[in-house]
Amino acid sequence: MSSTGQTYGGSSLGAGTTHQETVPDVDVTGISPVPAGHLVEESSADLSIFGEDIVTKAQEIVARYPQSRSALLPMLHLVQSVEGKVSQSGIQFCAAQLDLSAAEVSAVATFYTMYKRKTCGEHLVSVCTNTLCAVLGGDAIYKALGEHLGEGGKRLGHNETVGEPGAPGSITLEHAECLAACDLGPVLQVNYEFFDNQTPESAVALVDALRAGEKPQPTRGAPLRDFRTAELELAGFWPEDEVDYRSTVDGPSAAVETLRGAKLAEDRGWTAPAMTDVALPEVEKK
Amino acid sequence: MTTPNKPAPVTPVLTKRWLSPQSWSIKTYEQLEGYTALRKALKGTPEQLVQLVKDSGLRGRGGAGFPAGIKWSFMPQNEDKPHYLVINADEGEPGTCKDIPLMMADPHSLIEGCVIASYAMRSHHCFIYVRGEALHCIRRLNAAVREAHAAGYLGKDILGSGFDLEITVHAGAGAYICGEETALLDSLEGRRGQPRLKPPFPAAAGLYAAPTTVNNVETIASVPFIVNGGSDWFRTMGTAKSPGPKIYSISGHVEQPGQYEAPLGTTLRELLELAGGMKDGVPLKFWTPGGSSTPMFTAEHLDVPLDFEGAAEAGSMLGTTAVMVFNETVSVPWAVMKWTEFYEHESCGKCTPCREGTYWLAGILQRMVEGHGTPADIDTLLDICDNILGRSFCALGDGAVSPITSGIKYFRDEFLALCEKNRVGAHALAGAQS
Repeated sequence: MSSTGQTYGGSSLGAGTTHQETVPDVDVTGISPVPAGHLVEESSADLSIFGEDIVTKAQEIVARYPQSRSALLPMLHLVQSVEGKVSQSGIQFCAAQLDLSAAEVSAVATFYTMYKRKTCGEHLVSVCTNTLCAVLGGDAIYKALGEHLGEGGKRLGHNETVGEPGAPGSITLEHAECLAACDLGPVLQVNYEFFDNQTPESAVALVDALRAGEKPQPTRGAPLRDFRTAELELAGFWPEDEVDYRSTVDGPSAAVETLRGAKLAEDRGWTAPAMTDVALPEVEKK
Repeated sequence: MTTPNKPAPVTPVLTKRWLSPQSWSIKTYEQLEGYTALRKALKGTPEQLVQLVKDSGLRGRGGAGFPAGIKWSFMPQNEDKPHYLVINADEGEPGTCKDIPLMMADPHSLIEGCVIASYAMRSHHCFIYVRGEALHCIRRLNAAVREAHAAGYLGKDILGSGFDLEITVHAGAGAYICGEETALLDSLEGRRGQPRLKPPFPAAAGLYAAPTTVNNVETIASVPFIVNGGSDWFRTMGTAKSPGPKIYSISGHVEQPGQYEAPLGTTLRELLELAGGMKDGVPLKFWTPGGSSTPMFTAEHLDVPLDFEGAAEAGSMLGTTAVMVFNETVSVPWAVMKWTEFYEHESCGKCTPCREGTYWLAGILQRMVEGHGTPADIDTLLDICDNILGRSFCALGDGAVSPITSGIKYFRDEFLALCEKNRVGAHALAGAQS
């Protein structure tokens, strides 16, 4: 009895010759309309772009966690801070650091929106187009930016870049889901720093400034740097110079909207009921 | 119906320090009673703290409203395996914007809450999983952890108590699903953020299959105040079953959008008064009590008490008290379509009803909004919703159907109107044409 001529259950009912046996073997990669060799070959990317400092940082990330695999998400941010994207090299670097297969790392990298597969511009501009921001003008802002940044009459689309990716003044545009700043809508982020209460005009002026190499101060967040620096911070690495570090931490956050309730209460003399010092409740000793 | 006993319309507790200069620095925090609750807590026992939080009636502020003290009490008392406290700071539910301002303005209140909660649950490693896009929060939290370490509030033998704790601030990478607690744990383990089947619940097998409690930012930031003020004080605000103050985030078509911390049970009518009324006087059409996953309300619901019971009795959920307010100029089918596109994008793909269902829901709604729908599409939408609700691992699928079923419930005529092709004036509402 041929091994293909039987079902798993052991019955041979209806299990004659398989389809595979009735047709000639096809050289799938041979007749492929596009070169497909990379699909079957072991690829070994060049990891030299990740220098000793990056290896040290990767090890520092691993040391933060009880189990090494937890370091994967921050480590993907780290490789993205080097290349402006998560490339095959980045995936293999993480895999080697964490003793995972490239497939395991790849599965994670492709799941999360913030890992980019194409090299990002110097700046990443994310426009919230979820319902609330959209109705307040987010859709109009996204459209205006796409048209303004597009070249040759073509609108710049989602995850597309104007300028040489990574070069000064280059910008990647994306529409984002709710950025959790709804009271300040419509909002956008540049390298994950907030620009609140935007209009199509203010957003166009903002990207023009970015294209010209300027770094406008975000409404809330650190002084603007670039996408790769933001990614390094997401990996948990902060400016080493103390003054520089404090200037990022102390970047503004106290938007009028954020403080509105507390300010209203202060103006009207409203307070929460006063506390009195009370002991912790008694419980039975076990 | 519970009656809110409201000492004042706005009761700043969590939001009070936000007005102070450099409110995020440890210096300001210590000047304003910061870390006094920790000293008091460390003099007590873990059991006393769990009892205190139980007595206070504090309910989870992340949307589900599960009693925090009960959740804490599920943690085993032995330490056969390490215990973990994980803070869910992956704020991303559309409309929700309370945790991010809290972590920016007063990160130390969260850190202090983490130390107290970890002590109560015998955890020596706490993780704060922050949404990646919230970079400024991540920066402030890291700075706060550093400052707390230097001051002896973290690390070995905290304040001479013998208790050790490390806090790791962990950045996510852009996935709404990681706000679901078991998906968050998978993500924190370095995997795709997909929800786990429960049971086992995290208290039995959570992070690294060890006992774990996952709590929301606002929940844990409330703990130092409860330690200092006691459970009776906490219960002077809010209702019997939903005690305490709550940050209501009011956004959309109001004059003064913002964060208003008020006793639980406050109504939209009262909130609108605080927020200066509807923008330019254009009447209210629909609103959500707590994010897009909570079924929408209309002008009929202005006096529904916004606590866990009140919102549920009126057919919705309190959610995250993300009050999104939309006026008459907005098309309901369009708004529902936008939200559905969000759920389609964020469905993690694990469960077929949610993965396939959200795809078809979005497609049908897009076609309807473009003006190519038929009345039968409404039945198809409801049928698909019926096949998603309760049929997936986590609540994302349930959330996805909320805007659709509630939108059709209250505004069926508007969906029908879209089906009348080329009807004059059919595109008069903002968004209906886009």
